[in-house]
Amino acid sequence: MRFVDEFREPELIRKAAEEIRRLADPARRFRLMEVCGGHTHAIYRFGLKDVLPANVELIHGPGCPVCVLPMGRIDDGLSMAGRSDVILTAFGDMMRVPGTQGSPLQHKARGRDVRIVYSPMDALKLAQANPDTHVVFFAIGFETTAPSTALTMMRARAQGTRNFSVFCNHVTIVPAIRAILDSPDMRIDGFIGPGHVSTVIGCRPYEWIAADAGKPIVVSGFEPLDILQGIVMLLRQLEHGEARVENQYTRAVPWEGNRAALGVIAEVFELRPYFEWRGMGFISQSALRVNDRYADWDAERRFNVPGLRVTDPKAAQCGEVLKGVLKPAQCKLFGRECTPEHPVGALMVSSEGSCAAYYNYEHRKSPAVIDLASMA
Amino acid sequence: MPIVSARLVPRVRFKDPQIEMAHGAGGKASRRLVEGLFAPLLLDSREGPLGDAAHLRLGPTDLAVTADSFVVNPLTFPGGSIGELAVNGTVNDLAVAGARAEGLVTTFILEAGLPGDVLEAEVRAMARAARQAGVAILGGDTKVVEHGQADRMYITTTGIGRPLSGVTIDVRSVRPGDKVLLSGPVGDHGITILLARGGLDLEADLESDTRSVWPMVETLVDAAGAGVRWMRDPTRGGVATSLNELARDCGLGVSILEDDVPVHNAVRGACELLGLDPLHIANEGQFLAVVAPEHATAALRAVQSTPGGERACIIGEILPQPAGTVLAMTRYGASRVIDMLVGDPLPRIC
Amino acid sequence: MCLAIPGKIVEILPGEYRSAVVEVAGVRRRVELGLIEDEHPAPGDWVLIHVGFAMSKISEQDAIDQMRMLALLGESEAAIEEVRGYSQ
Repeated sequence: MRFVDEFREPELIRKAAEEIRRLADPARRFRLMEVCGGHTHAIYRFGLKDVLPANVELIHGPGCPVCVLPMGRIDDGLSMAGRSDVILTAFGDMMRVPGTQGSPLQHKARGRDVRIVYSPMDALKLAQANPDTHVVFFAIGFETTAPSTALTMMRARAQGTRNFSVFCNHVTIVPAIRAILDSPDMRIDGFIGPGHVSTVIGCRPYEWIAADAGKPIVVSGFEPLDILQGIVMLLRQLEHGEARVENQYTRAVPWEGNRAALGVIAEVFELRPYFEWRGMGFISQSALRVNDRYADWDAERRFNVPGLRVTDPKAAQCGEVLKGVLKPAQCKLFGRECTPEHPVGALMVSSEGSCAAYYNYEHRKSPAVIDLASMA
Repeated sequence: MPIVSARLVPRVRFKDPQIEMAHGAGGKASRRLVEGLFAPLLLDSREGPLGDAAHLRLGPTDLAVTADSFVVNPLTFPGGSIGELAVNGTVNDLAVAGARAEGLVTTFILEAGLPGDVLEAEVRAMARAARQAGVAILGGDTKVVEHGQADRMYITTTGIGRPLSGVTIDVRSVRPGDKVLLSGPVGDHGITILLARGGLDLEADLESDTRSVWPMVETLVDAAGAGVRWMRDPTRGGVATSLNELARDCGLGVSILEDDVPVHNAVRGACELLGLDPLHIANEGQFLAVVAPEHATAALRAVQSTPGGERACIIGEILPQPAGTVLAMTRYGASRVIDMLVGDPLPRIC
Repeated sequence: MCLAIPGKIVEILPGEYRSAVVEVAGVRRRVELGLIEDEHPAPGDWVLIHVGFAMSKISEQDAIDQMRMLALLGESEAAIEEVRGYSQ
């Protein structure tokens, strides 16, 4: 696969790992946070921690748009599926996320019409093909996905499709990074910036991280060489005491972002004054909602959702793992009460959840095996 | 660390409040259902882990017996149809238990309203597949249910086979250093079904790999004899699930080189687009075997020289550690764990 | 969901809304072009696909430049070591 395989080339990965070892001053400890859940997933999927030196530590950030939704929002979405004429649609990633009365998949098994779609357009087409039903699309994702939802809603309006609405749970990445930096118990030396969010918002929104907080941030792609090169660039800055925004993912990320994508977001959405993030409390201006112009396609206005605040079970430490304060295996429920098969929180079932990535790809590797791998 | 027996495995309990699609997916939930409910209550005495077929001793005669049911949707797809799956699936279950399929009995559950010519096409497909596989269809039963109570047709086949002499398929004989052999590219069947369902806006040149693996198994056993320790056909849950069952049942570790697992380009592309892992996708014409190292080369050559086995390869080996775990190694010195399938990304694929 | 894959446009589809058939490792999928119309996508272009939408064009030149930089990793250090050796 072009633009994929060349960035997984083993020899080049070894070279990049060597460069990282050379750059990482053994007297220092480097704590780098990858913000995006997609990066966390890639790091474990490609075993990248095996090739990093011990003094370069990767901290997992809150960039998993499903994980940060409080359980009450899942319940709100599922409450819409309770009506007999409603088809609830969502990405596959949502299907096993637990609400207080079970996951979407469990609701489906009980007879509710819940379906997986791979694009918001699929949901719109479903509505157009089934005029006697109402199709709700449970929209999740950061700025990467919001433009697609927005364009779909514009299409619904233009085509006069009235039996379609969106339950909007899009969140924005910059306030989450700000919350991390404001957190007193976090010491981060630099950030691996979210590559795909940046194809939409560009690199400018991160300038304050370098200018005000004094931390370097390198926007990176998702293949092994992208991530390793991003780390090289961060270490080079840290070696020279610099703090700049850099773009490692130039082949896909324009510095100025995607004007058209930002335009459709502005056409359909507006910022919520505040939104609750699991484990991080209420963050102002951190999420999108459907604006008045598109009120007829706003599921939150068309349906009466319970809107209850549901706190996580006391023993669950989802919030701390999301902020990077705890590693997944340090949560008391990890691997015991909470596994991908019976998850307590979304981090264990989302494709971008750090608990899921760690559980699926890492946690049964013994030190003996890692030695074996490095001799290969 | 000493080799740990199958008792390493914590006792599995079935306490799920309701049946969900995942219970039929071949992964963890399926295992809970079979080992936590069916086996303890239905199976008389059981020594050792469950295999693909059961062995029955009638006086001096040894028989292998197995059953499988087919609920695939859609009924027909590129490369085959439910009728072929119903024959090949059971023939293969016997094959990987080291037995040649001699006879099948088959039951049909038909939905009222099923067009007669659709049924005829499947029956013809079964006859054809049985002829090709060299197995006799001995009889069967039919039931019809009201429209809406079954999805067009469900087929079950029960197979009886004659175990080959000179080989004992027993996972407890697996040792560190044994090699893991795979007969060919993975993921074709599951992805073909997914695309055949439509509604995904995806198109590719792919077909199901449904076929009898008996010819390849026969040459393998011929070449390696007692060196064949274990075999399995990786259907639902894919190669990942089968290898995890292997690791768990022998109490050892399995290491594969991810780059060495053959995958057709289109399967890879579809998996990337849909966020799926080829190792978790069902196959209907492949098998895995664990072979003693001194027989591995001969075994591989034997399978490769069998028509259909050209892409067979050694994908990995058995390690003493980490026990009960499957690892995929990269060429740059890193590894990841490969787990059994959780959930059911592809329902009703076989 | 940050999952986005590179694919090649093989055909622009007619219609009121711009869409294309994109190929990923031999698999063809219909993708919306509404977010990158300004970039005038054409057959042969590579795009980044996310939930059925093209998000941006992939620059082959940037990819080539990046591969070149990656190949130099470790090399430049060796060159520096050599130079240092000469000046001692």
